[in-house]
Amino acid sequence: MSVDSIRVSQKEPQVSTDMLQRMYELMWMMRQLDRRAVALQRQGRLGTYAPLEGQEAAQIGSALALRVQDFVFPSYREHAVAYVHGMPLKRILLYWNGRYDGAMPPEGVNLFPVSVPIATQIPHAAGAALAAKLRGLDQIAVTYFGDGATSEGDFHEAMNFAAVMELPLVFFCQNNGYAISLPSRKQTKVQRIAEKATAYGMEGVTVDGNDVIAVYLAMREAVAKAASGGGPTLIEAVTYRMGSHTTADDASRYRDASEVEMWKARDPILRAENALRERGAFSEEWVTQVRKHAEEIVTEAILDMQSEPPVTLDQLFDHVYRDMPKELAIQKQEALSRQAKGESVRG
Amino acid sequence: MTVKLYIDSIHDALQEEMRRDQGVFVVGEDVGVRGGVFRVTQGLIEEFGEMRVIDAPLAESAIVGVAIGAAAYGLKPVAEIQFADFILPAVNQIISEAAKMRYRSNNDWSCPLVVRAPYGGGVHGALYHSQSVEALFHHVPGLKVVMPATAADAKGLLLSAIRDPDPVLFFEHKALYRWVKDDVPDGDYTVPIGKARLVREGEDLTVITYGLMVHYAEEAARELEKEGVSIELLDLRTVSPLDREAILAAAKKTGKVLIVHEDNKTGGVGAEVSAIIAEEALFDLDAPIARLCGPDIPAMPFNPPQERFYMVNSEKIAQAMRKLAAF
Repeated sequence: MSVDSIRVSQKEPQVSTDMLQRMYELMWMMRQLDRRAVALQRQGRLGTYAPLEGQEAAQIGSALALRVQDFVFPSYREHAVAYVHGMPLKRILLYWNGRYDGAMPPEGVNLFPVSVPIATQIPHAAGAALAAKLRGLDQIAVTYFGDGATSEGDFHEAMNFAAVMELPLVFFCQNNGYAISLPSRKQTKVQRIAEKATAYGMEGVTVDGNDVIAVYLAMREAVAKAASGGGPTLIEAVTYRMGSHTTADDASRYRDASEVEMWKARDPILRAENALRERGAFSEEWVTQVRKHAEEIVTEAILDMQSEPPVTLDQLFDHVYRDMPKELAIQKQEALSRQAKGESVRG
Repeated sequence: MTVKLYIDSIHDALQEEMRRDQGVFVVGEDVGVRGGVFRVTQGLIEEFGEMRVIDAPLAESAIVGVAIGAAAYGLKPVAEIQFADFILPAVNQIISEAAKMRYRSNNDWSCPLVVRAPYGGGVHGALYHSQSVEALFHHVPGLKVVMPATAADAKGLLLSAIRDPDPVLFFEHKALYRWVKDDVPDGDYTVPIGKARLVREGEDLTVITYGLMVHYAEEAARELEKEGVSIELLDLRTVSPLDREAILAAAKKTGKVLIVHEDNKTGGVGAEVSAIIAEEALFDLDAPIARLCGPDIPAMPFNPPQERFYMVNSEKIAQAMRKLAAF
């Protein structure tokens, strides 16, 4: 497989203009949220944050191809996937603010908590796909991970398990060029991560991850295949992390500005804008409205996040088990009574 | 009541629970057609089919990781790790994922998972088929660890483990499989996780142990009885969470405590039992707390003389009892 085989969207429109406009709106909104989140972190109003800028098409294009019943097992950068699948923006922000509700999607949203260790969520997705198959339900699982995760054992073990068991599952790799500082060429010797599927007897697809229509179509095909008993697919969306790994990282220490400039020209939002212009569906009036609306939604989510009541210290001890063991109840009592007496909870 | 071997009790409990609850399924290496290397799952694939008795590819992290996903989804997986020694590739899934699922999701998700694994030595299993691994998991919040010593407890604790809303590690001593048999209650019989069992009552000293060592301690206690020393013997049954009340009551009763385990001494379950007694019952003691454990060497020897030398047995326990009784 070579770079030439990367799938891009076809000339003839396979998604409606309405859908393309919706894709644009979502990408624009998530970019605003992302930039505001980085700014909030700099102001000390948000914890360490993992920015997604540059990956909007890969995330939104793929998430839009899912059905409401499908399970999503994300990594820590999939804020746009989470939002499209039904997670409110406020809760996405709460998560990065270290708040309990941030891990909780609303009832009926099949979104697993963010996975911070690398690749550990991949076998979980296989487990959910197995359960759906056991139950005979029309439901698939999709797991999101990065290029770095494809070096982890859990990725390979889950790929093998899912292929052997013919599970209804999509492995969605956002190859954003870097695992913190390690470039993809040092992560793997193969040209395309999708080639790894071959070792497991699975179909591997590489798609232009900055082309929202191409991502959507590739994902829609893989979802349909999984749902109809065709087994798992590995999709590699080739994209670029415009920002640093997290707000605790500085990408300028390990990559050239010229490379970043090159990818700026391939900006997924600009690409969608061009596609809309070709269809005559990008008016100044429309886009002004879209941007105003996004600004309002994002601002409201931030204000909502900031108006949450403070955490209570006793919450720290909850939900280790369903029923609190006696020893933990004793520790909780001791810690709270030390706190009440004005001693440091740090002991 | 039916007299059953320890291994048959585990098999029957699995079978009964799979019949009762369609959500229960077994996943592991060689658990299907082969019926498991020890034959714990023999015949289950014929009754429940290959989707509920899954012969998994040889990858422990995937076995546990897939089971975690299915548990979070709402099923009741019973994952088998062929030997406890080989649980280590799955430790990241157990500690980082299963143990933290409920906590990190603020009670939104949970992980009603059982991981079964045969552990322990004295069966010529050598370095990598003999290890005791409970101390690794004993330290971890979010996990429960049970280690039944009898056929009855094996059934009662396995049913409790499968029905438990949180992840439970179920360690079976492989030397007990076909050695121990006892009365197992018929029907729906459960033993609560976290409750110790008073095996025998005594006045002179207290032995606290679990697993295979319960039987060796019983043999030793019968020997000491002939010498006029009466032993209070507590089988922990669950090593996480520990039964604090039972430990403290047994320690206070005689004022002399001997803790026994096969696992190595340093940082073992005995260290925590000892600390609980020291914190809560120091002034009820008449002698320093004693521990008799496996030595702090990396692994079980393969050659029989050294294996016998390594293992704690009833003679060694009897000696330790005599020493403590004479204090």
